[in-house]
Amino acid sequence: MKKLIILSSFALAAILIACGGEEKKSETAAAATAAEQPKSMVPEPDEYDPKRGEGKYTAESLALTDKLDAAMAIAGENASNVKCASCHKYSNEKLVGPGWADVTKRRTGEWIMNFITNPDPMLDKDPEAQAMLELCLVRMPNQNLSDEEARQILEFMRKNDGLK
Amino acid sequence: MKYNIITLAAGGALIASALQSCKPANTSTVVTGDAPVKAYVAPGKYDEVYNFVSGGFSGQMSVYGLPSGRLFRVIPVFSVDPEKGWGYSEETKPMLNTSHGFVPWDDLHHVQLSKTNGDADGRWVFGNANNTPRVARISLKTFRTEEIIELPNSAGNHSSPFLTENTEYVVAGTRFSVPPDDVNGDVPINTYKQNFKGYLSFISVGKEDGKMDVAFQLECPGVNFDLSRAGKGVSHGWFFFSCYNTEQANTLLEVNASQKDKDFIMAVNWKKAEEYIKAGKGRKVTAKYAHNRYSDETHTATSEIRNEVTVLNVKDFPDICYMMPCPKSPHGCDVDPTGEYIVGSGKLAALIPVFSFSKMQKAIADKAFDGAYDGLPVIKYEAALHGEVKKPGLGPLHTEFDAKGNAYTSFFVSSEVVKWNVKECKVLDRVPTFYSVGHLCVVEGDSKNPTGKYLIAYNKITKDRYLPTGPELSQSAQLFDISGDKMEMILDFPTIGEPHYAQAVLAEKIKKDQVKIFKIDDNKHAYFTKGEKEAKVVREGNKVHVYMTCVRSHFAPDNIEGIKMGDEVYFHITNLEQDWDVPHGFAVKGAANAELLIMPGETQTLKWVPTKPGISPIYCTDFCSALHQEMQGYVRVSPAGSNVPLEWSVGTNQPKAEEAAAK
Repeated sequence: MKKLIILSSFALAAILIACGGEEKKSETAAAATAAEQPKSMVPEPDEYDPKRGEGKYTAESLALTDKLDAAMAIAGENASNVKCASCHKYSNEKLVGPGWADVTKRRTGEWIMNFITNPDPMLDKDPEAQAMLELCLVRMPNQNLSDEEARQILEFMRKNDGLK
Repeated sequence: MKYNIITLAAGGALIASALQSCKPANTSTVVTGDAPVKAYVAPGKYDEVYNFVSGGFSGQMSVYGLPSGRLFRVIPVFSVDPEKGWGYSEETKPMLNTSHGFVPWDDLHHVQLSKTNGDADGRWVFGNANNTPRVARISLKTFRTEEIIELPNSAGNHSSPFLTENTEYVVAGTRFSVPPDDVNGDVPINTYKQNFKGYLSFISVGKEDGKMDVAFQLECPGVNFDLSRAGKGVSHGWFFFSCYNTEQANTLLEVNASQKDKDFIMAVNWKKAEEYIKAGKGRKVTAKYAHNRYSDETHTATSEIRNEVTVLNVKDFPDICYMMPCPKSPHGCDVDPTGEYIVGSGKLAALIPVFSFSKMQKAIADKAFDGAYDGLPVIKYEAALHGEVKKPGLGPLHTEFDAKGNAYTSFFVSSEVVKWNVKECKVLDRVPTFYSVGHLCVVEGDSKNPTGKYLIAYNKITKDRYLPTGPELSQSAQLFDISGDKMEMILDFPTIGEPHYAQAVLAEKIKKDQVKIFKIDDNKHAYFTKGEKEAKVVREGNKVHVYMTCVRSHFAPDNIEGIKMGDEVYFHITNLEQDWDVPHGFAVKGAANAELLIMPGETQTLKWVPTKPGISPIYCTDFCSALHQEMQGYVRVSPAGSNVPLEWSVGTNQPKAEEAAAK
């Protein structure tokens, strides 16, 4: 538990420091984060977009088509087996975290990309991510996915959900 | 907020000093009013300086922040460390291999930061093993020991691991002269003068990878080599070693090695020695020594036994070594930032001689010699002398420097640090230490460009400084602000083991290049488990290899059956996490070795030989998550010859049990 608190407050501190903001007490930071979120981090400062999540990905930047890139999906499955499968089944069965079946139907591609590459800030503010945390009680770890890996994993999720 | 804290601290200090003013002068009166503010680093703020402190008889190296004196890490080097599995995991055992087999302890005396152009470059820190002679190289990216090399023909590697201004060589001079390894050493001890020799090892260091190799050894007269420093700037290419017991006594050295009025600082022209080696003048000698390296790719150490070393006998090459007389058993032998001045510190002397490199060169050119010692020319004392610091204190030991031309020398007997001007040999200031200071350290104080804000004194005796802890007390360090004319003590903190010597470096040189995780895609461990799907248990005769993964908050497999008495079980555990500061631990009941700590992306192995049939729990020892206490499993051990099949699983035992109940 101690580590959880340290980790999350560290992440918050890092965000605050990165933008040159004044340091705040970490105890209050969790509650105050949304209001204090610096503009540069969020394109639309006044509204958090729960469909998009928080991070660098947008629907435009992802530009998903409805056709599967099979090679990319295979690479994504290999990466998932090493970095994700300890906690996520590819069926609808919950393990440590939720099963992946239909995840690409429940969430947008950009939300998934933002969550898997930027989990701590999202767990601190995204209502859906927080709801899942209440169920699972384990913060999804940051597995330091590269952009390429994250995109491959998304492609595997799409394949897992039946996209051809 | 910050202002308030400072005010509080300063206020506290004022009250404290007001209270003290009624007391007689004692140890606590030396802390002045703003000292607590100078040493105060607010929670969440970083220290300015990393301080690498040897652990002496603990065999380890500790890392402190300055000016706060906060302990960040104890790096296991020459001694086993069950907390980190060092010397207990299968991967790290080879690091402690020697020609004598596995040696679980040593005495780490001196630390040296790698240098480029005479300044600390923040790449590696080296440490010496004083007992079973070795040198270790520690990566400052991982803060782990990466390499250990043993030294042949040596005993008591004390004047080590001092290094040249571009880390071309790390030296290792033997404290005890002994018969060389390639002759029969089974000789009467009182044949010291005929049979005992002193060897100086020059260890080359790979420019990119840091890989160490004993490039050559110099066979020198049989004396005790004590400390050494490389020349720098004008004196680059030379090395200076202090020698005592030039009397060549083999008993009661405290009397018998203190007979002569002067011993020597031996000046070694290592560039010249290197030329002779390159010209093939060295002789290959049989020797046996271990060379151990740890790989961050295989997460495994390998130990190789070497069988040969190249030796130059300095008597055969008269332009390598010169002896400079130095009063009364010299200990410290320190070179100032310009490289021109060499400070000798006779442990029993009432003065500090300062030698001049340019005068020494002239004396050699003019052959201003005063006979020879065991075939090596002795330079006339006055010919190389720049000046003497008169009556500086009692028992001078070690000297470091600031950027303003001043030197700071520790005095063991009179428990003080004395500041003096190098050119003028004039004492400027003195402060007491508590008590009996050995080495001292100025931030980058042995480099070409000392930063000169802090000095730390490392004390051998603590007595009444801290709350008492029975007969055995910690040793201590005292931090001084030396930015003004007067030295000012600002902090006092306990240390691990014996803080023998230390070096300090600006934090910015190190903190930027830290390894935070090991990339799991780069893991080349022989028993790496690439994801939970590949977790398995493989029997090879009586050896059972468990390919196990861990992630917050479970192991896979976490149920293992079919282990039998007489088996050797190897738990090869891969941490699948890829986030900073998420290690997992591993322990199994009854293990005769230790736990493992496995960093993200790493694989480590614990060997376990079950001692009785039954159920043995396993669990994670490093508090990792909200469900850390759930991170556990069971291993079933059956009698030898039992037919319980080898099975493993994670998450499937529950249905099985239900099935069993239904039948």
